[in-house]
Amino acid sequence: MFIGYFTERPYQDPNSGYFGNTGRAVMDLGMSNASYDPRLGADLYNRYLDEKLYAEEMGFDGLMLNEHHSTPFCMGQVVNLEAAILARITKRAKIVLLGNILPIWDDPLWLAEDLSTIDMISRGRLVTGWVRGTGRESVAHNAVPPYNWDRFQEAHDFIIEAWTRDGPFRWEGEHYHYRYVNPWSKPYQSPHPQIWIPGVMSRNTVAWAAKHRYPYVMLATELGPTKDSYGYYDEVAKEEGYEAGTQHRGYLFKVHVDETEALADEAGRKYVQGPSNPFLEGNQGIVRPFIQNLPGLTQRNNLLPTLTSFAAARSRGRAEQFIAQQRARGEKADIPPPPKDPYADLTKKYSIISGTPKSVIKRVRHVLETLRPGTIFFWDGDGAMSHEDSMRSLRLMGEEVIPAVREIGKELDLKGPFEVDPSTNEPMAQPEDETVEQAAAD
Amino acid sequence: MTDAYLERDIELASGKVHLLEGGSGSDIVMLHHSWGSPGWLPVHAALAERHRVVVPDLPGWGGSVRPAWAREPRDIAILTGHILDALDIGPAAVVGTGFGGFIAAELAAMQPRRLRALVLVGAPGLKPENSDILDQMMVSHRDYIEQSFRDRENYVAWVGEEPGDDVRELWDMSREMTARVTWKPYMFSRRLAPLLGDVTTPTLLVWGGRDRIVPVECAELYAACLPNSTIEMVEDAGHVVEIEEPQRVAEMVSSHVD
Repeated sequence: MFIGYFTERPYQDPNSGYFGNTGRAVMDLGMSNASYDPRLGADLYNRYLDEKLYAEEMGFDGLMLNEHHSTPFCMGQVVNLEAAILARITKRAKIVLLGNILPIWDDPLWLAEDLSTIDMISRGRLVTGWVRGTGRESVAHNAVPPYNWDRFQEAHDFIIEAWTRDGPFRWEGEHYHYRYVNPWSKPYQSPHPQIWIPGVMSRNTVAWAAKHRYPYVMLATELGPTKDSYGYYDEVAKEEGYEAGTQHRGYLFKVHVDETEALADEAGRKYVQGPSNPFLEGNQGIVRPFIQNLPGLTQRNNLLPTLTSFAAARSRGRAEQFIAQQRARGEKADIPPPPKDPYADLTKKYSIISGTPKSVIKRVRHVLETLRPGTIFFWDGDGAMSHEDSMRSLRLMGEEVIPAVREIGKELDLKGPFEVDPSTNEPMAQPEDETVEQAAAD
Repeated sequence: MTDAYLERDIELASGKVHLLEGGSGSDIVMLHHSWGSPGWLPVHAALAERHRVVVPDLPGWGGSVRPAWAREPRDIAILTGHILDALDIGPAAVVGTGFGGFIAAELAAMQPRRLRALVLVGAPGLKPENSDILDQMMVSHRDYIEQSFRDRENYVAWVGEEPGDDVRELWDMSREMTARVTWKPYMFSRRLAPLLGDVTTPTLLVWGGRDRIVPVECAELYAACLPNSTIEMVEDAGHVVEIEEPQRVAEMVSSHVD
């Protein structure tokens, strides 16, 4: 089992008024950067890097970074820079990018060079992941939404080619054109770093990931729809002639560990406060549906079962589609009232797990038994959580939760993508094996 | 008013084009806004008393097949020229409303002799110097269409409090096609103005004095580029002058093209 750590790196400015219900609406693409304080930004970037270092020390296998633009809920605009720093200052953990937003790159050769460089500096610890991005990203970097999916696929094909084919060569595609592809860099890993695809609700993307045998990482989706979406991956895999396994399934979910249940409750509530991701249900942000649903960004008839949750649909600006789907099935389409206590509601649904090590391990077991992922990421330190909240949790994760979860993983036979190669389903050599072989050779 | 009209399809190599036509007399081709053709409008009916009025769904909009390769308004203008050829319409009188005006201006720029008269109603296409064309991609459909009218009262009178599902779908599909050809730069081309100086086609620039979508400044820019043009302001109208003042626009157009 592969266990990773993630935080979205919110721009936390307690004086901004964006924290809690203090008056200023956290509206997607509706907030000016006039009050941005680079000194605070400096503190936060360094804090999040420090937490990543500590996460490695506490035994996490992977440090996950993501990318968003023009928003306070995620400071990872130039995620490759953060990854390059981690490549140098960490020693063992994989650096997992979930992911670079391919369609907004007008020059994917530059991205291929960035990623090769990170892979070399880290001596082969990069896991690369690619996404299509939300409407916000298309607006922020002004990429034409109707070509988003085409550009995603072409940029992918091009980068693989740039990594694996000897140059120089020429690329005359539909969206990208190069007269001289000959990057003076190559990925450290051969033929290239593993590619994992994170996502939420696009059927196209799941089918595409399954066809390429790339692990699919569901991002904080509810358990039932997540299981159904894995089922869809499995179906496509079968059509492609292979059996999908735990090595193809990833799951990111919110886990916070604390010293007492009272502290865990206090810190856990901060997930839905402050500048946390407004697309996740229960928080205090406001989404603007027309920005999430930019023209042609996602084909309307190609949504995953995750849309069967009204809360998820609403948080992604798709309430209308949800209601239309319900009606089309002849079902009653009443809009459920928002929960009175979003944190309690999310906890009940396993969307947030916050507690002492003992209660957290029990609930994580339930998630693992239900979904059977070979890769998991604990999403912590988000929203309004402080550095101290994060560090307490990381320590307890390292001391108690990670060792216990590894045992559960073994018991449930949840093999990760560095134990079983997702591209072949063959077992992979483990560092211990190499040591044994090396010792034998010596 | 001539309420009778026909619906039919014609075939281009790039796919089917759906159109409405009614009336008899000299030909007038009307090109719709970016949000698609909502049907046979009062302005069409008024014009059809003295003209044969042809209202195509631009390729990619409404019932016309999407040219998936099209990347800019000029591509749509080329196809619009092909539509005129297929209909065997000689030197044509073309009336472009909103985005349709951008297409009409591009068509005039590439083939000045193709047109015998041009009318641009609240047309984008040129970058205003002192302001911006309202960006429909950053507001909801409903807000965008509402801002196209003089005021909310007029919007509600025409659309209703809530647009119906068919209207929403038309707006939704139209916006996708609009994004395909004019996401960036949004609703203008730096390569249009330099070509307009050779367009001697008699041109009428009709603008609503309360246009909140395409600034009135754009009428002046067109007038400065087009050597044979005049501006007609309809002070009390918004962007959709032909919907809010159909009779007046029909009279202006009719006397301009004849």
